[in-house]
Amino acid sequence: MATELDGGARTRLLSLLALLAAWEVAARIAGSRLLPPASTVFAALARETASGALPANLGITLLRIAAAFALSMVLGTALGVAMGRLPRLDRVLDVWLTGLLNLPALVLTVLIYVWFGLSEFSAILAVTLNKLPTTAVTLRQGARALDPGLLEMARVFRFPRGRVLRHVVLPQLAPYLFAAARSGLALIWKVVLVVELLGRSNGVGFQIEVYFQLFDVTDILAYTIAFSAVVQAVEWCVLQPLERRVMRWRR
Amino acid sequence: MVRAATAGAARDALAALMLRAEVARKAFGGRAVIAGLHFEMAAGEIVALTGPSGCGKSTLLRIVAGLDHDFAGAVAWTAPPPRIAVAFQEPRLLPWRSVRENLLLANASDATAEAMLTALGLASETDMPADRLSLGMARRVALARALAVAPDLLLLDEPFASLDGVAAARARALLLNTWAARPFAVLLVTHDLYEAAALADRILLLSACPARVVRDVNVPADMRRQDGAATAAFAAALS
Repeated sequence: MATELDGGARTRLLSLLALLAAWEVAARIAGSRLLPPASTVFAALARETASGALPANLGITLLRIAAAFALSMVLGTALGVAMGRLPRLDRVLDVWLTGLLNLPALVLTVLIYVWFGLSEFSAILAVTLNKLPTTAVTLRQGARALDPGLLEMARVFRFPRGRVLRHVVLPQLAPYLFAAARSGLALIWKVVLVVELLGRSNGVGFQIEVYFQLFDVTDILAYTIAFSAVVQAVEWCVLQPLERRVMRWRR
Repeated sequence: MVRAATAGAARDALAALMLRAEVARKAFGGRAVIAGLHFEMAAGEIVALTGPSGCGKSTLLRIVAGLDHDFAGAVAWTAPPPRIAVAFQEPRLLPWRSVRENLLLANASDATAEAMLTALGLASETDMPADRLSLGMARRVALARALAVAPDLLLLDEPFASLDGVAAARARALLLNTWAARPFAVLLVTHDLYEAAALADRILLLSACPARVVRDVNVPADMRRQDGAATAAFAAALS
């Protein structure tokens, strides 16, 4: 098993190196400013990191992601569970949820900037509202699937409210929470750049817009690589280990 | 030893009426499963409910447990509602918690939990996730949980079904020993008349659908909680 995993990792690493090599060779052959070779991009990455510009912009974007992620998970879970457990509320809010779900990220962002101004609050609200409906839909599914037999058991044995939540409900919602968290991260880290591009004067999205106006592909790619690497690291180093730990009772 | 302790305890406990249940009608989608059923139970009394399968017995337990309020009638308690424990037909354990945690979360004390599990032959499974138990084991854990919370009223839905002979005998012995040490009311659903006669003070025979009580039979005092030919003959005479 261990050697198999190592083999998988080795293959993936080799594949990544092959991609970088192909990029380097192709860019050198093309010799265009619009397709810089990998070495140039990584040099720019190192330079921007050393100057402090990249860490600062990356940091502010990650903070926005963290705030919007936390808000959309908490509010989306509350809304989804309430809708899953209360059929009447579900009937009332279902149309709203479907509407929000189908609203393009760009439209939502522009409207929020127009109504609430070009502020930090608007930016985080826009990202949150883009993510919230998918969290609510996923958690509504989970709340509907709660085992009524276990809830009755908890009632008979007079579990206090907190105990029901922690030992009966949460373990059943855990797979849905992780599904929402992963799809949420995947959505948020893309939407946040659009939101920054439209209405913020710092962050990765703003920087990419600046470099776009200068046709500076090297720095666009440098920021993209740094940003993607950090987001992927969060998925590998935080979400996946946490999910394995919580789900370990299942073997 | 069980007998000597039970006779006196049962007599004392029988004095106090605990529960008066009246189910005028209970229906599922227009189909009546219970109609005109009423019975009473005293504190510390063991009552067996038996009758044709698929008709109202489990529903009646759910009504008494307060899990189903959608019926015409009333369940009246003579004192503040008692501490109720239920061993459902399915074990209903929390699969993500250990066997021990399942008992402790239901408000059993550590020592009692340990004692009940050991008595049911589950001493080596206490730290195992409930998820990994066989059905027979899970049902024994559910019974241990119900007994370990020291209930005033214990509701049992076919508790010994799907246990093998040895496990079933052990479970019956634990039920009677726990009861002898501190009598509590038991309402036991079973389709096995012999089991009813061997465990109960009283047997309520239910009719076919919609269920009502056809006969309310006292098990003769000198025959209670015994295994043997006399019990078998008594049970045979009921059917």
